[in-house]
Amino acid sequence: MKIKQLSIFLENKTGRINQVAKTLGNNGINMIAFSLAESADFGILRLLVSDTAKAAAVLKEEHFAVKESDVICLECSNTPGALAKILDTLSSENIFIEYMYAFAREKSANIVIRPTDIDKCEEVLTRNNCNMLNGETL
Amino acid sequence: MIWNKTKECMSREEMRQLQGARLRKLVDRVYHNVPFYRDKLQKMGIMPDDIRTIDDIKILPFTTKQDLRDNYPFGLTAVQPTEIVRVHASSGTTGNPTVVGYTRRDLSVWQESIARCLAAYGATREDTFSVAYGYGLFTGGLGLHYGVEHFGAAVVPMSSGNTDKHIRLIRDLGITGLACTPSYALHLAEVMEKQGIPEEKIKLRIGAFGGEPWTENMRKNIESRLKLQAYNIYGLSEIMGPGVSHECECKNGSHIIEDHFFPEIIDPETCQPLPEGEQGELVFTTLTKEGMPLIRYRTKDLCSLIYSPCECGRTSVRMTRIVGRSDDMLIIRGINVFPSQVESVILQLPEFEPQYQLIVTRENNRDNLEVQVEVREEYYSDEINKLVALKNRLAHNLQSVLGISAEVKIVEPQTLQRSVGKSQRVIDKRVLD
Repeated sequence: MKIKQLSIFLENKTGRINQVAKTLGNNGINMIAFSLAESADFGILRLLVSDTAKAAAVLKEEHFAVKESDVICLECSNTPGALAKILDTLSSENIFIEYMYAFAREKSANIVIRPTDIDKCEEVLTRNNCNMLNGETL
Repeated sequence: MIWNKTKECMSREEMRQLQGARLRKLVDRVYHNVPFYRDKLQKMGIMPDDIRTIDDIKILPFTTKQDLRDNYPFGLTAVQPTEIVRVHASSGTTGNPTVVGYTRRDLSVWQESIARCLAAYGATREDTFSVAYGYGLFTGGLGLHYGVEHFGAAVVPMSSGNTDKHIRLIRDLGITGLACTPSYALHLAEVMEKQGIPEEKIKLRIGAFGGEPWTENMRKNIESRLKLQAYNIYGLSEIMGPGVSHECECKNGSHIIEDHFFPEIIDPETCQPLPEGEQGELVFTTLTKEGMPLIRYRTKDLCSLIYSPCECGRTSVRMTRIVGRSDDMLIIRGINVFPSQVESVILQLPEFEPQYQLIVTRENNRDNLEVQVEVREEYYSDEINKLVALKNRLAHNLQSVLGISAEVKIVEPQTLQRSVGKSQRVIDKRVLD
Protein backbone atom coordinates (compact mmCIF):
# COMPACT_ATOMS: atom_id res chain seq x y z
CA MET A 1 0.00 0.00 0.00
CA LYS A 2 1.60 3.28 -1.11
CA ILE A 3 1.00 6.48 0.75
CA LYS A 4 1.71 10.10 -0.19
CA GLN A 5 4.60 11.95 1.32
CA LEU A 6 5.41 15.64 0.89
CA SER A 7 9.00 16.77 0.23
CA ILE A 8 9.80 20.42 0.74
CA PHE A 9 12.96 22.08 -0.54
CA LEU A 10 14.46 24.38 2.08
CA GLU A 11 17.43 26.70 1.86
CA ASN A 12 19.76 26.46 4.81
CA LYS A 13 18.40 29.54 6.53
CA THR A 14 17.45 30.00 10.14
CA GLY A 15 13.72 29.82 10.68
CA ARG A 16 12.69 28.13 7.45
CA ILE A 17 11.34 24.98 9.11
CA ASN A 18 9.34 27.14 11.52
CA GLN A 19 7.58 28.65 8.51
CA VAL A 20 6.51 25.20 7.33
CA ALA A 21 5.30 24.17 10.79
CA LYS A 22 3.41 27.44 11.24
CA THR A 23 1.73 27.23 7.85
CA LEU A 24 0.54 23.70 8.57
CA GLY A 25 -0.52 24.54 12.12
CA ASN A 26 -2.50 27.63 11.03
CA ASN A 27 -4.40 25.44 8.59
CA GLY A 28 -5.19 22.74 11.13
CA ILE A 29 -2.94 20.15 9.53
CA ASN A 30 -1.16 17.70 11.82
CA MET A 31 2.32 16.32 11.16
CA ILE A 32 2.45 12.58 11.67
CA ALA A 33 6.13 12.10 10.92
CA PHE A 34 8.97 13.91 9.27
CA SER A 35 12.66 13.71 8.55
CA LEU A 36 15.12 16.32 7.37
CA ALA A 37 17.84 15.45 4.87
CA GLU A 38 20.61 17.97 4.51
CA SER A 39 23.33 18.89 2.02
CA ALA A 40 25.83 21.74 1.98
CA ASP A 41 23.42 24.54 1.19
CA PHE A 42 19.91 23.13 1.17
CA GLY A 43 17.79 20.55 2.89
CA ILE A 44 14.74 18.47 2.05
CA LEU A 45 12.02 18.14 4.62
CA ARG A 46 9.96 14.96 4.13
CA LEU A 47 6.60 14.91 5.76
CA LEU A 48 3.62 12.68 6.42
CA VAL A 49 0.59 14.80 7.33
CA SER A 50 -3.05 14.39 8.19
CA ASP A 51 -4.26 15.98 4.93
CA THR A 52 -1.68 15.72 2.14
CA ALA A 53 -3.62 17.54 -0.58
CA LYS A 54 -4.49 20.49 1.63
CA ALA A 55 -0.98 20.67 3.05
CA ALA A 56 0.52 20.76 -0.46
CA ALA A 57 -1.88 23.50 -1.48
CA VAL A 58 -1.26 25.79 1.49
CA LEU A 59 2.52 25.32 1.30
CA LYS A 60 2.55 26.13 -2.42
CA GLU A 61 0.60 29.27 -1.66
CA GLU A 62 3.48 30.29 0.55
CA HIS A 63 5.87 29.65 -2.40
CA PHE A 64 7.44 26.53 -0.98
CA ALA A 65 8.76 24.00 -3.51
CA VAL A 66 6.57 21.01 -2.63
CA LYS A 67 6.79 17.61 -4.23
CA GLU A 68 4.38 14.74 -3.64
CA SER A 69 5.89 11.30 -3.82
CA ASP A 70 4.93 7.71 -3.00
CA VAL A 71 6.42 5.91 -0.04
CA ILE A 72 5.55 2.80 1.90
CA CYS A 73 4.74 2.96 5.57
CA LEU A 74 5.27 -0.29 7.45
CA GLU A 75 3.99 -1.18 10.84
CA CYS A 76 6.13 -3.52 12.81
CA SER A 77 6.19 -4.64 16.39
CA ASN A 78 8.14 -2.45 18.76
CA THR A 79 10.47 -5.27 19.82
CA PRO A 80 14.19 -5.99 19.34
CA GLY A 81 14.98 -7.61 16.01
CA ALA A 82 11.67 -6.82 14.32
CA LEU A 83 13.14 -4.30 11.88
CA ALA A 84 16.12 -6.51 11.01
CA LYS A 85 13.76 -9.30 9.99
CA ILE A 86 11.82 -7.08 7.59
CA LEU A 87 14.98 -5.56 6.10
CA ASP A 88 16.41 -9.04 5.57
CA THR A 89 13.32 -9.94 3.60
CA LEU A 90 13.73 -6.85 1.41
CA SER A 91 17.44 -7.26 0.78
CA SER A 92 17.06 -10.95 -0.03
CA GLU A 93 14.70 -9.81 -2.81
CA ASN A 94 17.29 -7.20 -3.97
CA ILE A 95 15.26 -4.18 -2.98
CA PHE A 96 17.39 -1.11 -2.48
CA ILE A 97 16.26 1.55 -0.02
CA GLU A 98 17.01 5.16 -0.91
CA TYR A 99 16.02 6.52 2.45
CA MET A 100 13.85 5.68 5.43
CA TYR A 101 12.70 7.18 8.69
CA ALA A 102 10.69 5.97 11.61
CA PHE A 103 8.09 7.13 14.09
CA ALA A 104 6.34 5.41 16.96
CA ARG A 105 2.66 5.42 17.87
CA GLU A 106 1.44 3.83 21.06
CA LYS A 107 2.67 0.23 20.89
CA SER A 108 3.65 0.13 17.23
CA ALA A 109 6.79 1.21 15.46
CA ASN A 110 6.29 2.64 11.99
CA ILE A 111 8.84 2.83 9.23
CA VAL A 112 8.60 5.01 6.16
CA ILE A 113 10.51 3.50 3.26
CA ARG A 114 11.42 4.92 -0.12
CA PRO A 115 12.71 2.02 -2.23
CA THR A 116 14.03 2.44 -5.79
CA ASP A 117 11.36 0.02 -7.04
CA ILE A 118 8.25 0.78 -5.04
CA ASP A 119 5.92 -1.69 -6.85
CA LYS A 120 8.22 -4.62 -6.28
CA CYS A 121 8.73 -3.62 -2.66
CA GLU A 122 4.99 -3.49 -2.12
CA GLU A 123 4.58 -6.90 -3.71
CA VAL A 124 7.31 -8.48 -1.58
CA LEU A 125 5.90 -7.04 1.63
CA THR A 126 2.38 -8.21 0.78
CA ARG A 127 3.67 -11.68 -0.01
CA ASN A 128 5.40 -11.77 3.37
CA ASN A 129 2.29 -10.64 5.24
CA CYS A 130 3.81 -7.41 6.46
CA ASN A 131 1.39 -4.81 7.68
CA MET A 132 1.41 -1.65 5.60
CA LEU A 133 -0.46 1.46 6.64
CA ASN A 134 -2.71 3.26 4.19
CA GLY A 135 -4.13 6.74 4.21
CA GLU A 136 -6.98 5.66 6.51
CA THR A 137 -5.05 3.65 9.07
CA LEU A 138 -2.34 6.32 9.27
CA MET B 1 66.13 51.72 -17.95
CA ILE B 2 64.31 52.83 -21.07
CA TRP B 3 64.07 50.05 -23.64
CA ASN B 4 63.35 52.16 -26.73
CA LYS B 5 64.40 55.77 -26.09
CA THR B 6 63.57 56.88 -29.63
CA LYS B 7 59.92 55.94 -29.28
CA GLU B 8 59.39 56.39 -25.56
CA CYS B 9 61.00 59.80 -25.27
CA MET B 10 59.91 61.43 -28.56
CA SER B 11 58.69 65.01 -28.45
CA ARG B 12 54.90 65.25 -28.47
CA GLU B 13 54.98 66.79 -31.94
CA GLU B 14 57.17 64.01 -33.39
CA MET B 15 54.89 61.43 -31.81
CA ARG B 16 51.82 63.06 -33.38
CA GLN B 17 53.54 63.03 -36.77
CA LEU B 18 54.37 59.34 -36.41
CA GLN B 19 50.86 58.49 -35.22
CA GLY B 20 49.34 60.48 -38.09
CA ALA B 21 51.44 58.66 -40.66
CA ARG B 22 50.58 55.29 -39.13
CA LEU B 23 46.88 56.12 -38.93
CA ARG B 24 46.84 57.03 -42.65
CA LYS B 25 48.34 53.67 -43.53
CA LEU B 26 46.02 51.85 -41.14
CA VAL B 27 42.85 53.39 -42.59
CA ASP B 28 44.09 52.64 -46.08
CA ARG B 29 44.75 49.03 -45.08
CA VAL B 30 41.39 48.36 -43.44
CA TYR B 31 39.55 50.15 -46.24
CA HIS B 32 41.04 47.78 -48.78
CA ASN B 33 41.15 44.58 -46.72
CA VAL B 34 38.29 44.56 -44.22
CA PRO B 35 34.79 44.71 -45.76
CA PHE B 36 33.31 45.62 -42.36
CA TYR B 37 35.35 48.83 -42.22
CA ARG B 38 35.02 49.61 -45.93
CA ASP B 39 31.22 49.48 -45.65
CA LYS B 40 31.25 51.65 -42.56
CA LEU B 41 33.57 54.24 -44.07
CA GLN B 42 31.68 54.32 -47.34
CA LYS B 43 28.38 54.81 -45.56
CA MET B 44 29.92 57.74 -43.69
CA GLY B 45 31.41 59.12 -46.90
CA ILE B 46 34.97 58.80 -45.66
CA MET B 47 37.86 57.95 -48.01
CA PRO B 48 41.33 56.92 -46.78
CA ASP B 49 42.69 60.18 -48.25
CA ASP B 50 40.58 62.17 -45.81
CA ILE B 51 42.96 61.15 -43.05
CA ARG B 52 45.90 63.56 -42.93
CA THR B 53 46.87 63.98 -39.30
CA ILE B 54 46.20 62.08 -36.11
CA ASP B 55 43.48 64.65 -35.27
CA ASP B 56 41.43 63.31 -38.17
CA ILE B 57 40.83 60.17 -36.11
CA LYS B 58 37.77 62.00 -34.74
CA ILE B 59 35.84 61.45 -37.96
CA LEU B 60 36.35 57.68 -37.89
CA PRO B 61 33.70 55.25 -36.64
CA PHE B 62 33.96 53.34 -33.36
CA THR B 63 34.37 49.58 -33.01
CA THR B 64 32.72 47.62 -30.21
CA LYS B 65 32.99 44.16 -28.73
CA GLN B 66 29.67 43.40 -30.42
CA ASP B 67 31.29 44.11 -33.81
CA LEU B 68 33.92 41.50 -32.97
CA ARG B 69 31.23 38.97 -32.08
CA ASP B 70 29.18 39.76 -35.19
CA ASN B 71 32.24 39.15 -37.35
CA TYR B 72 33.27 35.98 -35.54
CA PRO B 73 35.71 34.42 -36.01
CA PHE B 74 37.93 36.10 -38.62
CA GLY B 75 35.67 38.71 -40.24
CA LEU B 76 37.83 41.62 -39.08
CA THR B 77 41.10 40.06 -40.17
CA ALA B 78 43.03 42.28 -42.56
CA VAL B 79 45.54 39.74 -43.87
CA GLN B 80 45.50 36.41 -45.68
CA PRO B 81 44.75 33.52 -43.29
CA THR B 82 48.24 32.13 -43.88
CA GLU B 83 49.75 35.28 -42.35
CA ILE B 84 48.12 34.50 -38.96
CA VAL B 85 50.54 32.62 -36.72
CA ARG B 86 48.74 32.82 -33.34
CA VAL B 87 45.15 33.00 -32.18
CA HIS B 88 43.90 34.01 -28.76
CA ALA B 89 40.31 34.10 -27.58
CA SER B 90 38.49 35.53 -24.62
CA SER B 91 35.34 33.89 -23.36
CA GLY B 92 32.21 35.19 -25.01
CA THR B 93 28.59 34.39 -24.55
CA THR B 94 28.02 30.74 -25.27
CA GLY B 95 29.64 29.61 -28.50
CA ASN B 96 30.80 33.07 -29.51
CA PRO B 97 34.12 34.02 -28.01
CA THR B 98 36.11 37.07 -29.08
CA VAL B 99 38.88 35.80 -31.34
CA VAL B 100 42.05 37.71 -32.16
CA GLY B 101 44.59 36.61 -34.77
CA TYR B 102 48.20 37.80 -34.72
CA THR B 103 50.75 37.95 -37.52
CA ARG B 104 54.43 37.34 -36.87
CA ARG B 105 54.97 41.09 -36.81
CA ASP B 106 52.07 41.60 -34.35
CA LEU B 107 53.75 39.14 -32.01
CA SER B 108 57.03 40.99 -32.27
CA VAL B 109 55.30 44.30 -31.45
CA TRP B 110 53.78 42.54 -28.43
CA GLN B 111 57.19 41.31 -27.29
CA GLU B 112 58.67 44.77 -27.78
CA SER B 113 55.84 46.26 -25.70
CA ILE B 114 56.43 43.83 -22.84
CA ALA B 115 60.17 44.47 -23.03
CA ARG B 116 59.44 48.20 -22.60
CA CYS B 117 57.32 47.37 -19.53
CA LEU B 118 60.03 45.21 -17.97
CA ALA B 119 62.72 47.82 -18.56
CA ALA B 120 60.50 50.44 -16.92
CA TYR B 121 60.10 48.16 -13.89
CA GLY B 122 63.89 48.09 -13.56
CA ALA B 123 64.26 44.49 -14.68
CA THR B 124 67.55 43.23 -16.16
CA ARG B 125 68.66 40.09 -17.95
CA GLU B 126 69.70 38.72 -14.55
CA ASP B 127 66.05 38.46 -13.48
CA THR B 128 63.90 35.36 -13.46
CA PHE B 129 60.18 35.95 -13.85
CA SER B 130 57.49 33.51 -12.94
CA VAL B 131 54.41 34.11 -15.03
CA ALA B 132 51.35 33.12 -13.04
CA TYR B 133 48.70 34.36 -15.44
CA GLY B 134 46.76 31.56 -17.07
CA TYR B 135 48.47 30.03 -20.08
CA GLY B 136 46.23 29.16 -22.99
CA LEU B 137 43.60 31.13 -24.84
CA PHE B 138 43.87 33.96 -22.33
CA THR B 139 46.54 36.47 -23.47
CA GLY B 140 48.09 36.94 -20.01
CA GLY B 141 50.28 33.84 -19.83
CA LEU B 142 51.76 33.55 -23.32
CA GLY B 143 51.94 37.33 -23.79
CA LEU B 144 54.16 37.86 -20.75
CA HIS B 145 56.05 34.67 -21.46
CA TYR B 146 57.41 35.64 -24.87
CA GLY B 147 57.91 39.23 -23.74
CA VAL B 148 60.18 38.15 -20.90
CA GLU B 149 62.15 35.89 -23.24
CA HIS B 150 62.51 38.66 -25.81
CA PHE B 151 63.71 41.00 -23.07
CA GLY B 152 66.38 38.46 -22.23
CA ALA B 153 65.38 37.55 -18.70
CA ALA B 154 64.44 33.99 -17.77
CA VAL B 155 60.82 32.91 -17.58
CA VAL B 156 59.21 30.21 -15.46
CA PRO B 157 55.83 29.36 -17.06
CA MET B 158 53.98 28.81 -13.81
CA SER B 159 50.44 29.48 -15.09
CA SER B 160 47.64 29.89 -12.55
CA GLY B 161 46.76 27.60 -9.66
CA ASN B 162 49.07 25.37 -7.65
CA THR B 163 50.18 27.94 -5.10
CA ASP B 164 52.28 25.54 -3.02
CA LYS B 165 54.44 24.52 -5.95
CA HIS B 166 54.75 28.14 -7.00
CA ILE B 167 56.08 29.17 -3.60
CA ARG B 168 58.51 26.30 -3.64
CA LEU B 169 59.87 27.40 -7.02
CA ILE B 170 60.04 31.07 -5.98
CA ARG B 171 62.24 29.92 -3.11
CA ASP B 172 64.29 27.20 -4.79
CA LEU B 173 64.90 28.94 -8.13
CA GLY B 174 65.50 32.35 -6.60
CA ILE B 175 62.74 33.88 -8.70
CA THR B 176 63.00 37.69 -8.70
CA GLY B 177 60.02 38.75 -10.78
CA LEU B 178 56.36 37.91 -10.42
CA ALA B 179 53.66 38.44 -13.05
CA CYS B 180 50.09 37.79 -11.88
CA THR B 181 46.92 39.52 -10.73
CA PRO B 182 47.39 41.75 -7.66
CA SER B 183 44.88 39.68 -5.69
CA TYR B 184 46.83 36.52 -6.45
CA ALA B 185 50.02 38.27 -5.26
CA LEU B 186 48.29 38.95 -1.95
CA HIS B 187 47.11 35.37 -1.79
CA LEU B 188 50.70 34.19 -2.34
CA ALA B 189 51.90 36.49 0.43
CA GLU B 190 49.33 35.08 2.77
CA VAL B 191 50.21 31.45 2.07
CA MET B 192 53.93 32.22 2.37
CA GLU B 193 53.35 33.84 5.75
CA LYS B 194 51.37 30.81 6.90
CA GLN B 195 54.15 28.50 5.79
CA GLY B 196 56.58 30.65 7.75
CA ILE B 197 59.15 30.90 4.96
CA PRO B 198 62.09 33.00 6.16
CA GLU B 199 62.35 36.33 4.30
CA GLU B 200 65.98 35.82 3.32
CA LYS B 201 64.98 32.76 1.24
CA ILE B 202 62.77 34.90 -1.00
CA LYS B 203 64.45 37.02 -3.66
CA LEU B 204 61.40 38.63 -5.26
CA ARG B 205 62.02 42.25 -6.22
CA ILE B 206 59.67 43.13 -9.10
CA GLY B 207 55.97 42.53 -9.53
CA ALA B 208 54.08 43.06 -12.82
CA PHE B 209 50.48 43.08 -11.71
CA GLY B 210 47.38 43.52 -13.84
CA GLY B 211 44.26 41.94 -15.21
CA GLU B 212 42.00 43.53 -12.60
CA PRO B 213 41.58 46.90 -10.89
CA TRP B 214 43.66 47.54 -7.78
CA THR B 215 44.44 50.40 -5.43
CA GLU B 216 47.37 52.26 -3.86
CA ASN B 217 46.60 50.51 -0.57
CA MET B 218 46.82 47.12 -2.23
CA ARG B 219 50.16 48.19 -3.72
CA LYS B 220 51.52 49.14 -0.28
CA ASN B 221 50.20 45.93 1.18
CA ILE B 222 51.79 43.75 -1.53
CA GLU B 223 55.08 45.64 -1.46
CA SER B 224 55.51 45.36 2.29
CA ARG B 225 54.53 41.71 2.46
CA LEU B 226 56.36 40.36 -0.59
CA LYS B 227 59.27 42.84 -0.29
CA LEU B 228 59.12 43.85 -3.93
CA GLN B 229 58.27 46.84 -6.09
CA ALA B 230 54.76 46.42 -7.47
CA TYR B 231 53.93 47.89 -10.89
CA ASN B 232 50.77 48.01 -12.93
CA ILE B 233 50.55 46.39 -16.34
CA TYR B 234 47.46 47.03 -18.47
CA GLY B 235 46.13 45.46 -21.61
CA LEU B 236 43.19 43.81 -23.29
CA SER B 237 43.16 40.94 -25.73
CA GLU B 238 41.19 42.82 -28.40
CA ILE B 239 44.01 45.34 -28.69
CA MET B 240 46.87 42.91 -28.05
CA GLY B 241 47.02 41.60 -24.49
CA PRO B 242 49.05 42.75 -21.49
CA GLY B 243 51.58 45.44 -22.28
CA VAL B 244 49.35 48.12 -23.83
CA SER B 245 50.48 50.32 -20.95
CA HIS B 246 52.73 50.01 -17.92
CA GLU B 247 53.94 51.96 -14.92
CA CYS B 248 57.52 53.15 -14.44
CA GLU B 249 59.57 53.78 -11.33
CA CYS B 250 57.49 56.90 -10.62
CA LYS B 251 54.31 54.80 -10.17
CA ASN B 252 52.22 57.71 -11.28
CA GLY B 253 50.05 56.49 -14.14
CA SER B 254 50.70 53.85 -16.79
CA HIS B 255 52.66 54.83 -19.92
CA ILE B 256 50.78 53.85 -23.04
CA ILE B 257 52.80 52.29 -25.87
CA GLU B 258 51.28 55.02 -28.00
CA ASP B 259 53.36 54.59 -31.13
CA HIS B 260 51.35 51.36 -31.53
CA PHE B 261 48.16 51.98 -29.56
CA PHE B 262 46.57 55.41 -29.89
CA PRO B 263 44.39 56.33 -26.90
CA GLU B 264 41.41 58.67 -26.70
CA ILE B 265 38.97 59.45 -23.91
CA ILE B 266 35.33 59.82 -24.88
CA ASP B 267 32.08 60.48 -23.11
CA PRO B 268 30.50 56.99 -23.03
CA GLU B 269 27.02 58.47 -23.54
CA THR B 270 27.60 60.96 -26.37
CA CYS B 271 30.76 59.29 -27.80
CA GLN B 272 32.31 62.76 -28.10
CA PRO B 273 36.03 63.13 -27.31
CA LEU B 274 36.56 64.73 -23.91
CA PRO B 275 39.04 67.54 -23.16
CA GLU B 276 42.49 66.57 -21.92
CA GLY B 277 42.56 65.32 -18.37
CA GLU B 278 38.85 64.56 -18.10
CA GLN B 279 37.65 61.15 -17.06
CA GLY B 280 35.73 59.02 -19.53
CA GLU B 281 35.85 55.84 -21.56
CA LEU B 282 39.20 54.75 -22.94
CA VAL B 283 39.29 54.08 -26.69
CA PHE B 284 42.19 52.53 -28.59
CA THR B 285 43.22 52.46 -32.23
CA THR B 286 45.82 49.82 -33.11
CA LEU B 287 48.09 51.92 -35.31
CA THR B 288 50.39 49.15 -36.54
CA LYS B 289 48.45 45.95 -36.09
CA GLU B 290 48.30 43.67 -39.11
CA GLY B 291 46.21 40.65 -38.11
CA MET B 292 43.13 42.28 -36.64
CA PRO B 293 43.53 46.06 -36.67
CA LEU B 294 40.83 47.93 -34.75
CA ILE B 295 39.77 51.52 -35.20
CA ARG B 296 38.59 53.42 -32.13
CA TYR B 297 37.84 50.29 -30.11
CA ARG B 298 35.73 51.09 -27.07
CA THR B 299 37.33 49.40 -24.05
CA LYS B 300 34.51 50.40 -21.65
CA ASP B 301 37.26 51.07 -19.10
CA LEU B 302 36.91 54.44 -17.38
CA CYS B 303 40.03 56.54 -16.71
CA SER B 304 41.73 59.77 -17.78
CA LEU B 305 44.94 60.57 -19.68
CA ILE B 306 47.98 62.56 -18.55
CA TYR B 307 49.98 64.20 -21.35
CA SER B 308 52.67 65.96 -19.31
CA PRO B 309 56.14 64.40 -19.46
CA CYS B 310 56.94 61.95 -16.68
CA GLU B 311 59.88 62.37 -14.29
CA CYS B 312 61.23 59.06 -15.56
CA GLY B 313 62.10 60.76 -18.85
CA ARG B 314 59.38 59.17 -20.94
CA THR B 315 57.17 61.54 -22.88
CA SER B 316 54.49 58.99 -23.69
CA VAL B 317 50.96 59.69 -22.52
CA ARG B 318 49.94 58.02 -19.25
CA MET B 319 46.58 56.63 -18.20
CA THR B 320 45.34 56.80 -14.62
CA ARG B 321 44.10 53.76 -12.76
CA ILE B 322 40.89 52.28 -14.15
CA VAL B 323 38.17 53.67 -11.93
CA GLY B 324 35.33 51.58 -13.27
CA ARG B 325 33.48 50.30 -16.32
CA SER B 326 30.87 51.84 -18.53
CA ASP B 327 29.22 48.41 -18.84
CA ASP B 328 28.36 45.64 -16.40
CA MET B 329 31.51 43.55 -16.90
CA LEU B 330 32.97 41.97 -13.79
CA ILE B 331 36.58 40.97 -13.38
CA ILE B 332 36.87 37.80 -11.33
CA ARG B 333 40.29 36.39 -10.61
CA GLY B 334 41.57 38.47 -13.51
CA ILE B 335 39.05 37.02 -15.95
CA ASN B 336 36.36 39.15 -17.58
CA VAL B 337 32.84 37.96 -16.85
CA PHE B 338 29.60 39.43 -18.17
CA PRO B 339 26.30 38.73 -16.39
CA SER B 340 24.84 37.97 -19.83
CA GLN B 341 27.22 35.02 -20.17
CA VAL B 342 25.93 33.54 -16.93
CA GLU B 343 22.39 34.18 -18.10
CA SER B 344 22.94 32.38 -21.40
CA VAL B 345 24.32 29.31 -19.63
CA ILE B 346 21.36 29.19 -17.23
CA LEU B 347 18.88 29.55 -20.10
CA GLN B 348 20.34 26.49 -21.78
CA LEU B 349 19.26 24.25 -18.94
CA PRO B 350 15.46 23.88 -18.91
CA GLU B 351 15.48 22.85 -15.25
CA PHE B 352 16.26 26.39 -14.11
CA GLU B 353 14.18 29.56 -14.01
CA PRO B 354 15.68 32.44 -16.00
CA GLN B 355 16.13 34.50 -12.83
CA TYR B 356 19.53 34.58 -11.21
CA GLN B 357 21.65 36.55 -8.78
CA LEU B 358 25.43 36.89 -8.83
CA ILE B 359 27.25 37.52 -5.59
CA VAL B 360 30.94 38.34 -5.83
CA THR B 361 33.07 38.26 -2.70
CA ARG B 362 36.77 38.27 -1.93
CA GLU B 363 37.98 35.99 0.82
CA ASN B 364 41.66 35.64 1.63
CA ASN B 365 42.32 37.65 -1.53
CA ARG B 366 40.59 35.11 -3.72
CA ASP B 367 37.53 36.19 -5.66
CA ASN B 368 34.50 34.01 -5.32
CA LEU B 369 31.50 34.01 -7.64
CA GLU B 370 28.25 32.62 -6.29
CA VAL B 371 25.43 32.07 -8.75
CA GLN B 372 22.03 31.80 -7.12
CA VAL B 373 19.37 30.09 -9.18
CA GLU B 374 15.86 28.76 -8.77
CA VAL B 375 14.88 25.35 -10.05
CA ARG B 376 11.61 25.19 -12.00
CA GLU B 377 8.83 23.80 -9.87
CA GLU B 378 8.52 20.50 -11.69
CA TYR B 379 12.24 19.83 -11.30
CA TYR B 380 12.52 20.25 -7.55
CA SER B 381 13.20 16.71 -6.48
CA ASP B 382 12.59 14.64 -3.41
CA GLU B 383 16.09 13.29 -3.88
CA ILE B 384 19.12 15.28 -2.77
CA ASN B 385 21.34 13.48 -5.29
CA LYS B 386 19.29 14.71 -8.22
CA LEU B 387 19.44 18.31 -7.05
CA VAL B 388 23.16 18.07 -6.39
CA ALA B 389 23.69 16.59 -9.86
CA LEU B 390 21.69 19.45 -11.38
CA LYS B 391 23.75 21.97 -9.46
CA ASN B 392 26.98 20.33 -10.58
CA ARG B 393 25.86 20.35 -14.20
CA LEU B 394 25.25 24.09 -14.10
CA ALA B 395 28.58 24.65 -12.34
CA HIS B 396 30.35 22.64 -15.02
CA ASN B 397 28.68 24.56 -17.87
CA LEU B 398 29.50 27.88 -16.21
CA GLN B 399 33.12 26.86 -15.84
CA SER B 400 33.43 25.94 -19.50
CA VAL B 401 31.89 29.20 -20.76
CA LEU B 402 33.31 31.66 -18.22
CA GLY B 403 36.71 30.03 -17.84
CA ILE B 404 36.50 30.32 -14.06
CA SER B 405 34.75 28.22 -11.48
CA ALA B 406 31.53 29.46 -9.91
CA GLU B 407 29.67 28.24 -6.88
CA VAL B 408 26.07 27.39 -7.70
CA LYS B 409 23.47 27.79 -5.01
CA ILE B 410 19.92 26.58 -5.52
CA VAL B 411 17.49 28.81 -3.68
CA GLU B 412 13.80 28.44 -2.91
CA PRO B 413 11.25 29.31 -5.59
CA GLN B 414 10.16 32.94 -5.96
CA THR B 415 12.98 34.25 -3.80
CA LEU B 416 15.01 35.94 -6.56
CA GLN B 417 13.80 39.31 -7.73
CA ARG B 418 11.83 39.32 -10.97
CA SER B 419 12.19 41.85 -13.79
CA VAL B 420 15.20 43.82 -12.69
CA GLY B 421 18.06 45.11 -14.82
CA LYS B 422 21.18 43.07 -15.37
CA SER B 423 23.25 45.33 -13.15
CA GLN B 424 20.89 44.70 -10.25
CA ARG B 425 21.47 40.99 -10.69
CA VAL B 426 24.99 41.52 -9.43
CA ILE B 427 26.01 42.13 -5.85
CA ASP B 428 29.71 42.87 -5.73
CA LYS B 429 30.75 42.81 -2.10
CA ARG B 430 34.47 43.18 -2.80
CA VAL B 431 36.14 46.11 -1.13
CA LEU B 432 39.46 46.99 -2.76
CA ASP B 433 41.69 48.18 0.01
